Amino acid sequence: MDASLSPKPEAKKTRIYHWLDERLGIEGMLVHAKEKTVPSHKHQFWYYWGGISLFFFVVQVLSGILLLVYYRPGAEAYESVRQITYDIQFGWLIRSAHSWSANLMVFAVFVHMFSVFFMKAYRRPREFGWWSGLGLLGLTMVFGFSGYLLPMDDLAYFATKVGLEIPASIPLVGTIVTDIVRGGEEITAVTTQRFFALHVVILPLLYLPFLAFHVWLVQKHGNALPPSEEEKPAAERRTIRFFPDFLAKDFGMWLLMLNVLAILASMYPWQLGPQADALASAPQGIHPEWYFMSQFQILKVFGRWFPGATGEFLGIALFTIGLILWSIIPFIDAESKNGKRAKLVNYIGLAALCGLIAVTIWGYWEL
Amino acid sequence: MINKATIDEILNGHQDEKAQESEDLTRRSFLWLGAGAIGAVYVGAIGYPVYKYLATPAQRSAEAGAVTETTLDGADALPVNSALMFKFGTKPAMLIHHEAGNFVAMEAVCTHLGCTVKFEPENKRIFCACHGGVYDAVSGVNVSGPPPKPLKTYKVEVQNGRIIVAKA
Repeated sequence: MDASLSPKPEAKKTRIYHWLDERLGIEGMLVHAKEKTVPSHKHQFWYYWGGISLFFFVVQVLSGILLLVYYRPGAEAYESVRQITYDIQFGWLIRSAHSWSANLMVFAVFVHMFSVFFMKAYRRPREFGWWSGLGLLGLTMVFGFSGYLLPMDDLAYFATKVGLEIPASIPLVGTIVTDIVRGGEEITAVTTQRFFALHVVILPLLYLPFLAFHVWLVQKHGNALPPSEEEKPAAERRTIRFFPDFLAKDFGMWLLMLNVLAILASMYPWQLGPQADALASAPQGIHPEWYFMSQFQILKVFGRWFPGATGEFLGIALFTIGLILWSIIPFIDAESKNGKRAKLVNYIGLAALCGLIAVTIWGYWEL
Repeated sequence: MINKATIDEILNGHQDEKAQESEDLTRRSFLWLGAGAIGAVYVGAIGYPVYKYLATPAQRSAEAGAVTETTLDGADALPVNSALMFKFGTKPAMLIHHEAGNFVAMEAVCTHLGCTVKFEPENKRIFCACHGGVYDAVSGVNVSGPPPKPLKTYKVEVQNGRIIVAKA
């Protein structure tokens, strides 16, 4: 544009832009961002779920920092959460948003994982994306587990008690590790103190490098094409620009998720039960969070079928084998020849998904 | 380059016809205004609860500080030539029993930089250890050192078994 025709603010903006560009190399980044494309096809919907998981993670960080302003671990844990929930203005909303967003994040991560699985996005050269993703999933679940105890109400107390039975049933080292994590044989103020340190310091320190690595890999390799698209000749495949087109769609999705979260957090505020009391009997139907329900149920059922330590051992063995198989999927299904759908692997994935859902429902059914 | 034109492309699609330019401009500014208004609603809807959440203790302490009177039970038995520290609202204050028999109460916050001051019975003065400010122990007037003005004094009413301190 001719400088004389351009309005003054525009010229100013350009000067600032050049100043920044010279120092930060914005132009180069933008050229790169503009070159980046995202495949456009009927399965594109599943591409959003990584971004949605990330969005909820950001919500967790921000709402978590806000809760940190008033939360006190240790002996005062319950009292401080009571104050947040009933005393501090909008404290209930911040806490509710944190709890709901945690659940939505776990859900989004699961959707992301299974969509990656069925799109065969773990195949060469994206194996590390799969493994770092599994690491992030594991950390996300430990985040959820450690965060659930922090209010120290009766539900948190007993759910954690029950949940710790899962690591405790690992042969040989289970009891020792669990006692260390718990800080004794019982859940006390010491436990909330350690779970707090785990939840707000150790886990974020582990999580962030995994996340950076994971996102960097996506930048490096781009989005994977599902086999149905790979079958098509290159000329028929359509793409859209990442910036600004796909990012705008991503943004729209985040806005949608923000609204979902706002509705859930304000209409169904997270409850706080009575203070945990080691001498009180467990409330009826105590159970861990839904994303631990399948493991919980398998342990329970195996304990019924095979009394004693055998049941626990078999249950743990089943998870371990399943998890190992799930991790080495990139080796089992390494072929990425065009059009190779690998039906068997699809069936395995479908069985895993249906199995998880069925066992979870079964667990709730038996409460 | 990130500029309006790029984002307009998302909102409006490519429109290169010159004839449409002015119409586009109004449509464009309308869309920007709408997006800005919606954005402002979101910022407000998130910002207001967050502000109230963080401001709760400040609000509470302002409420607690808004007292006009404090009763000090048993303070009439305070030994001569000594001081009793107490809280008036949220601020530290001191009640001094002088040798003449009179009671004096004042805010114990140095008018210089806010340190808590101390009654020195041996020197019959109020001293601030932070920067050496000195006040008269009866009137609260700043005598020497950096304090720019006297300590705020309170009204004292001695009753049987208690002392009532009130804002002057």
